[in-house]
Amino acid sequence: MAGTGPLLEIRDLVTEFRTETGVVRAVKGVDIVVEPGKTVALVGESGSGKSVTSLSVMRLIPKAIGGIVGGEILFRGRDGRVRDLVHEPEPAMRALRGNEISMVFQEPMTSLNPTQKIGAQIAEVARLHRKLSRADAWKHAIEMLTLVEIPDPARRADIYPHQMSGGMRQRVMIAMALACNPALLIADEPTTALDVTVQLQILELMRRLQREIGMGILFITHNLGVVAEIADTVAVMYGGRIVETAPVEELFDRPSHPYTRGLLDSLPSVDHAARAAGKVARLKAIPGSVVDPRNPPHGCDFNPRCRWVIPACREAVPPVFPVSPTHGARCLRWNELDG
Amino acid sequence: MAEPLVSIADLKVHFTVGRTMFSPGTVVRAVDGVSFDVGRGEVLGLVGESGSGKTTLGRSILRLVEPTSGSVRFEGEEVTTLPPSRLKRLRSRMQIIFQDPYASLNPRMSVGQTLSEALELHAIGTRADRAERVGDLLEQVGLPRAVAQRFPHEFSGGQRQRIGIARALAVNPGFIVADEPVSALDVSIQAQIINLLQDLRQELGLSILFIGHDLSVIEFLCDRVVVLYLGRIMETATAADLYANPRHPYTRALLDAAPVPDPRKRRERITLKGDLPSPSAPPSGCVFRTRCPFAIAACAETVPPLETVGARHQVACIRAGELDLTE
Repeated sequence: MAGTGPLLEIRDLVTEFRTETGVVRAVKGVDIVVEPGKTVALVGESGSGKSVTSLSVMRLIPKAIGGIVGGEILFRGRDGRVRDLVHEPEPAMRALRGNEISMVFQEPMTSLNPTQKIGAQIAEVARLHRKLSRADAWKHAIEMLTLVEIPDPARRADIYPHQMSGGMRQRVMIAMALACNPALLIADEPTTALDVTVQLQILELMRRLQREIGMGILFITHNLGVVAEIADTVAVMYGGRIVETAPVEELFDRPSHPYTRGLLDSLPSVDHAARAAGKVARLKAIPGSVVDPRNPPHGCDFNPRCRWVIPACREAVPPVFPVSPTHGARCLRWNELDG
Repeated sequence: MAEPLVSIADLKVHFTVGRTMFSPGTVVRAVDGVSFDVGRGEVLGLVGESGSGKTTLGRSILRLVEPTSGSVRFEGEEVTTLPPSRLKRLRSRMQIIFQDPYASLNPRMSVGQTLSEALELHAIGTRADRAERVGDLLEQVGLPRAVAQRFPHEFSGGQRQRIGIARALAVNPGFIVADEPVSALDVSIQAQIINLLQDLRQELGLSILFIGHDLSVIEFLCDRVVVLYLGRIMETATAADLYANPRHPYTRALLDAAPVPDPRKRRERITLKGDLPSPSAPPSGCVFRTRCPFAIAACAETVPPLETVGARHQVACIRAGELDLTE
């Protein structure tokens, strides 16, 4: 990897959308750092702004409906130079996308071209960015299919997306994303539509490829089990802000934002003694609904659902408090959540 | 044990796809000879991957999909041969909750209209009674009575699922098929709906067939679990027994594959290779053998019968006696 320092550094990113009812601020000052060869999990529910953050990095939000209105997205390219993607001209972004920065989406069927053979779609990426000849690009496509463990790759290169299963299609998407050896892979819920057995295959594949290729991964998910499997560090997003960030073990050991705490507490776990006694078990659910980005509450976005809420929480958005040098929580009461 | 509420015997649902004037088409064996009971007040979990036939099976019990053969008995009465005129009465005793609450609610009807339609169809109460009952139903699922005036798009996903549950409860059913009712919901909302189902089960003594793929949700909610693969039962046991002592390699693989929310438990596991085979061309013998790490030549020869290996514990694997699948 050329140079030293983070691969991607998002600083105070703000992204807005224009809607019929006015401007909606979906991302309200987000900071994320992805180191080379490491995985950052961005965790959040619908409306948290996690997908908008990733689309902002890729600069894939159509100008007609919205865009980035503040902050920096510093990306260290293969040449070692750091560029701010917020101000990068569109032709330069096109040269980066699918090349140095790649993206894998949740639903592979909607991001593959249904009328083109698998191999041709992967070859196209290699032809576009690496200027390979037609024959070399096809050979490269088959190598990529081999890399993502698709059996019988030469034959599979010659079929269409609808002839494959969901798991196979997601492998093809990953093959296409990795065709140019990206430094950064953004994976937006890549396993959410898959069965658990296939999800595990894809997670293991991504881990292996990261070891071999050394790419940094920004992994967007809502599944805390998947986070525990794949992340080095975790950023928890709620209402367009990062509410907590920490190395993965620290986050699970000492969740210091009530939302993170609530997510972990609401996971089903069986109390065998209570069950044997015939008790009907209940989960510790977080009350209320996820925040509506069109109508956020005053102060901390989580305050209407929070059981630790105090009047100060309704007055201003809390700053980030340092739980440890590597762990931050945006909660006034981060130190009082025990019990 | 007392007579079960629902009793399913050798149920088959086969579809013919791709039939044209020139081609007889292919038979897809979505459900292929399934037998189990659901006891009164019991919550039975049905797990399997997509393509395992779990949704088709759930729907065929209510005859939303017509079974090809076999028997479904509800309170001792055969359901599969009921004439259409008597199906309506059956469906006031059996209801279904769908995965996507938005797709299953009519966007042009207010919540009150949706709920009272169910009551009208089954001729329950007078107009005034029905308005009262709609309010009661909404309260029962944790929504204010006043939301009866509002339309589905005004609700969040979790609230819509509450409405879907209220509609199922409207006719006072004894049995509910819940087809992945929390899978489409946000994590923080799932727990609310799971708690609601727990409460309703306790208050109303409901029996539920809970179809899902999240094994931790199934373990939490269900008394007993049926593991389905390519339309056949691989294993069935009480939840406690199944999770502590799985006897079928497929059950073990499913449990292994579920991501554990504990970063210290990151482990190398037996990963199943490949995907579910097509149900139109299932493997001979044991349908799981093509992905089974323990398959031997004999597995291709005969379909393994479900054999009892413990109290309420049955498994369909010829090697069940020799394999140690505990962790």
